[in-house]
Amino acid sequence: MTGPKDTGPKDLEGDVPTTGHSWDGIEEYDNPMPRWWLYTFYACIVWAIGYSIAYPAWPLISGATSGLLGYSTRGQVADEMASAEAANAEINAQLAAVDLPGILETPELQQYAFSKGAAVFRTNCSQCHGSGAAGAKGFPNLLDDDWLWGGTMEDIHATVTHGIRNTTDPEARYSEMPAFGDLLSRSEIAEAANYVQSLSGPANDPTLVAAGQTVFEENCTACHMDGGIGSRELGAPNLSDAVWLYGGDYDTLVATITNSRFGVMPDWGSRLTEADIRAVTTYVHQLGGGE
Amino acid sequence: MSSSDGLYAAREPIFPKRVSGRFRRLKWAIMAVTLAIYYVTPWIRWDRGPELPDQAVLIDLAGRRFFFFWIEIWPHEFYFVAGLLIMAGLGLFLFTAALGRVWCGYTCPQTVWTDLFILVERWIEGDRNARIRLWRADWDGKKVRLRVTKWIVWILIAVATGGAWVFYFADAPTLLHDLVTLTAHPVAYTTVALLTATTFVFGGLMREQVCIYMCPWPRIQAAMMDEDTITVAYRDWRGEPRGRHRKRDVLVAETTRTATPAALSPAPVLAEPGDCIDCMACVNVCPMGIDIRDGQQMECITCALCIDACDEIMDKVGKPRGLIDYMALTDEAHERTGAPSIPVWKHIFRLRTIIYTALWGGIGVGLVVALFVRPDLSFTVAPIRNPVYVTMSDGTIRNAYDLRLRNKQGEDRPFRISITSDAALRVQAEGSDDAIVSVPADTTKQQRIYIMAPPGAPAALRDSTDVRIWVQDMVSDERAEKETIFNGTGQN
Ligand code: SF4
Ligand code: SF4
Repeated sequence: MTGPKDTGPKDLEGDVPTTGHSWDGIEEYDNPMPRWWLYTFYACIVWAIGYSIAYPAWPLISGATSGLLGYSTRGQVADEMASAEAANAEINAQLAAVDLPGILETPELQQYAFSKGAAVFRTNCSQCHGSGAAGAKGFPNLLDDDWLWGGTMEDIHATVTHGIRNTTDPEARYSEMPAFGDLLSRSEIAEAANYVQSLSGPANDPTLVAAGQTVFEENCTACHMDGGIGSRELGAPNLSDAVWLYGGDYDTLVATITNSRFGVMPDWGSRLTEADIRAVTTYVHQLGGGE
Repeated sequence: MSSSDGLYAAREPIFPKRVSGRFRRLKWAIMAVTLAIYYVTPWIRWDRGPELPDQAVLIDLAGRRFFFFWIEIWPHEFYFVAGLLIMAGLGLFLFTAALGRVWCGYTCPQTVWTDLFILVERWIEGDRNARIRLWRADWDGKKVRLRVTKWIVWILIAVATGGAWVFYFADAPTLLHDLVTLTAHPVAYTTVALLTATTFVFGGLMREQVCIYMCPWPRIQAAMMDEDTITVAYRDWRGEPRGRHRKRDVLVAETTRTATPAALSPAPVLAEPGDCIDCMACVNVCPMGIDIRDGQQMECITCALCIDACDEIMDKVGKPRGLIDYMALTDEAHERTGAPSIPVWKHIFRLRTIIYTALWGGIGVGLVVALFVRPDLSFTVAPIRNPVYVTMSDGTIRNAYDLRLRNKQGEDRPFRISITSDAALRVQAEGSDDAIVSVPADTTKQQRIYIMAPPGAPAALRDSTDVRIWVQDMVSDERAEKETIFNGTGQN
């Protein structure tokens, strides 16, 4: 028979040399590799040459060859960000245009604003308010239902846009507590601190509390109101609830009354887009205390 | 022998000859069934209601769902796929231990499509001898015409193959319409093009090279076969000395020339002639281009076509069938000593295959049970630990949890969330006054819930309190539950 046949590597005639190695008596024939394999290898080399011309490849002293296609991973990220921006342009415009409570009423908009707001928050707000928005001493906890300047969408939006007690935005929310260390005696301050503590906790020494009430009514009710319920117009904290910004223990209260407090927040209106601000407003509103 | 003059050898083309017989018929049947399953499956419709796709088998990558008739697999149930893969693995162990490379010989896509391509080749260019002549012929008009015709048919098959693949990943009628009107997604075209190319190259041009050089399976299988594994073998003790002529003097020369395996020579030289008439029928039909008479070889995919070929010859020369046959190594040992061979069922039912079957069946039963007991309603709880609790203005201690509520129904469902724990604890869903959440059809909804302990309650003051969260489908009343923990201030 003369037809082509029988391609398999084998060695029945004993004319194929072995590789010369022997592993536990097992030897390996030195059969030729298939030629297509060689061509595949050549094709890979050609491909690699073309690839290294088209794409960044060869290291140079500073940097690398940039490739004919001008590809870079940084450029790719920029492209992807730009296309994400473009894809969201319409809904961002919508977000910036609707009235604030309307955001909560449109599920699609609300979901978008919440996710976007979470990202804005992590980037810009978490440094002070914490990544979980639980705040810290002097930085309000945004998860509870206690608000210094109000917890409606409009209130939060105004606070984020203009900030608090900053010098850069004339519309920033502003109020200033006097340092009563210059105005009251030490004993008066101690009495006032006792009274404030009694508003939200068990009464301490009744005589100090009674004296403190007088001091409080003469000096503090203009902002903190009768009974210490606070005022949102003035950002005066409610002193009768369980939430404290700087701490409700006696020593902290004395320090606060003596030296005053002056918490500042930047005006984000000058740094973020309206859509970003509305998104983060939605996010904060949905953290569990929105009104 | 292939040319061994150099490091690399060109592929020597193989021209398998047409053969008929029982195994060839079986292979035709299996080819028809497997190809039909492959091409038809995506077109089977299955009504699941208005919200869900009506394709019986659909891998919805974007929606992250796998639909298989009445079964719908969600990503968190991927263990079903893992279980199926383990079953596939064990199934291959079982079949290899019992029947050798039966997968390779009958059902492997490489084998099925190569068979189909060879069928086309034979229709267009003729049987083995005609194809060899054509291969040797110069490139004249006839050769060009035949070759081009063959390639066109191959490409059509390849396009249909690649085309059918993408239908498993999208609604088939829509996608076909999009593909034809050139409006489908580029990924679809790229996939079709790639699979068309691989089908054409693997089935038409590379064929046995894929099995010999690219596929890891032959090597793995060698480790899983044993002396009881049934494979295709040549009864050399019956066939040798082979020869076309019946004259003993010629026989001597023949035997020397064809180099029988060392174990057999030189004794048979003077013996009666064997049954093999050296007609090369078995070699000519072999799609792998080997000679089974050389003994078991790595290339052999046990397609059994050589059995059919030889049986036909044996019938013609009036000898019993089975010179080439399915048998195990132990049979060979028996037969050489004149003992009867072991019945097939004894090769197949032995400890090893029984263990494989038990494992395979055990996992299969487990998967089926898991499939039937899995709930239509399920959820996960992720307690929010940043911060662990929040003090509200009235002193209430509040914990937050993110629930992922899965509604596997084809319609929106209201879910009621409740808790069992200290009586004082209350639960509330974010954005609502109560704890009822509507989850859209066939989706997972992330919902934040709050659990609150009033001021001074034991749970508010303790470090932690066990809580069980219940979610109830208010339509079907089906319930699911999860354990979690409520964190208090830890003052007590
Ligand atoms: S087909 Fe049978 S008789 Fe013919 S060469 Fe092969 S083994 Fe021998
Ligand atoms: S030797 Fe026989 S069983 Fe093996 S691949 Fe060739 S024809 Fe098929």
